[in-house]
Amino acid sequence: MDMSIYRHDFPMLKGKTMQGQPLVYLDNGATTFKPQPVINAVVDYLSSYTANAHRGDYDLSAVVDERYETARADIAKFIHAKRKEEVVFTSGTTDSLNLVAKGFAKTYLQAGDEVLISVAEHASNTLPWFDLAQEIGCTVAYIDLDEHGCITMENVKKAVNEHTKIISLAHVTNVLGHVLPVREICDYAHERNIIVCIDGAQSVPHMPVDVQKMDCDFLAFSGHKMCGPTGIGVLYGRYELLKQTKPTRSGGGNNARYNACGSVSLKNPPEKFEAGTPNIEGAIGLGAAVNYLSQIGMDNIMAHEIELRRYAIEKLSQIDKVQIYNPDANLGPIAFNIKGVFSQDAASLFNKYGVAVRAGQHCAKILDEYLHVTNTVRASLYFYNTKEDIDKLAEVCKKGDDFLDAFFE
Amino acid sequence: MPSLNDPTIMREIIMDHYQYPRHHGLNTDDSAYESVNMNSSTCIDNIDVQAKFDDEVITDIRFDGEACAICTASTSIMTELLSGKTIDDAKKIIDNYMNMIYEKDYDADLLEEAIAFQNTHKQANRIKCATLGWKAIEKLIARKTGGEQDDE
Repeated sequence: MDMSIYRHDFPMLKGKTMQGQPLVYLDNGATTFKPQPVINAVVDYLSSYTANAHRGDYDLSAVVDERYETARADIAKFIHAKRKEEVVFTSGTTDSLNLVAKGFAKTYLQAGDEVLISVAEHASNTLPWFDLAQEIGCTVAYIDLDEHGCITMENVKKAVNEHTKIISLAHVTNVLGHVLPVREICDYAHERNIIVCIDGAQSVPHMPVDVQKMDCDFLAFSGHKMCGPTGIGVLYGRYELLKQTKPTRSGGGNNARYNACGSVSLKNPPEKFEAGTPNIEGAIGLGAAVNYLSQIGMDNIMAHEIELRRYAIEKLSQIDKVQIYNPDANLGPIAFNIKGVFSQDAASLFNKYGVAVRAGQHCAKILDEYLHVTNTVRASLYFYNTKEDIDKLAEVCKKGDDFLDAFFE
Repeated sequence: MPSLNDPTIMREIIMDHYQYPRHHGLNTDDSAYESVNMNSSTCIDNIDVQAKFDDEVITDIRFDGEACAICTASTSIMTELLSGKTIDDAKKIIDNYMNMIYEKDYDADLLEEAIAFQNTHKQANRIKCATLGWKAIEKLIARKTGGEQDDE
């Protein structure tokens, strides 16, 4: 399928330059560009029907309510949730995972209970658990990665023990890019009454995700990594678990009624988590984003990215001075270095040729022992990237010896 | 004689200091060395810088760590330039270097090889790299003269 037709939908892909060169954007793991339908949806709310949600008794507010809740329903459909009340709007994946740790797990767990994660997790699926361990005395332990940096069922089984109460893992890790066998893990965990929380930040934008088929208990993801606005994200949770989850913020809109003696009755999920005026244009924008992605088809998006990734690996492998760290991953970013060039210097070289990539440890700061490298360049793709983008990436890699050029011209 | 302003020369200076950094490796035997660790929160540069003072004079500066070419070379040049200088002279050089980086007026003669970094502003994301080692010596001087602040 020719995906290049969709490039026309993105203002950022229309003649934008960087350092005087046509922009080649390969930092989609960080954030993605926004297509016109998403921009229009946001602008439309800001310019044509601004009012607060869940508040007014007038027509305009009713329209806002309707659009805000339609966005929720569209997102629920996109991830195949059973009901739209299982979709909680948050500010992003970080916020969602914090809600699981501090709203759900804090009361669900007791001292001595164990949360299992892996060393490949992003900081936002690590630090909230560290906080919790300190606060309530639960422990955080790691599922070993295999020699390719993958989580295998075998290693999950090895790590699970009678104290394990929660497993929290990335569906696709932000550095290595392997797809987690979520269904198998959930089946195994649920037989042992273990809750499974999935960080979908790098999966939901790139592949079809069905929470019912995966059977996960929680799924966290961000809007801006999937063509939506920044500052909006989602926590999907099984409804009965969301009922057990405590809001981490209180205020207007999350309570049904309260009296001066301090007795409060909270609303049901998802409203009880959305105290304060929500990010209305963000939610509406994300609704437009999932509809846009659905129109293209998540199967098509995944197929294109897999093909493009394969093409990139093939191209880069032909260059002697390029070392790729995750050639076999099925999805996700390509982690590599130009031999002899510190990744930060390489990123500057790419910048000079208009190519946006990231250098660094990419938040997975404990990965050294699997990649045997302290930092890498990361190129992350999206459906609007083309083989020409990859050709440009490869072309700049060949200029590695001249990396200081970036500093002089 | 080729001018220091020649991009080829500037590149050679940076490459040379990157590949063969001067004053590299920390002195762990002499307790008279003051140390500071500098790491940039937005990139990967992470260096330790040491200085030894004899009254008003910086007698030696050393550094080590993991950093990009720009950070390594700019720190290496700094250690050469400032070792043996009085604190007052060092401060003058540091001010001129920072002025150069931030596109203000500066005295190129004072900076010697450090003028290889005069184009840093064109790559805004590298300013942190080119100043990390220099900020380290600023910190050590401030500590020595009792003016250290609790920033960063």
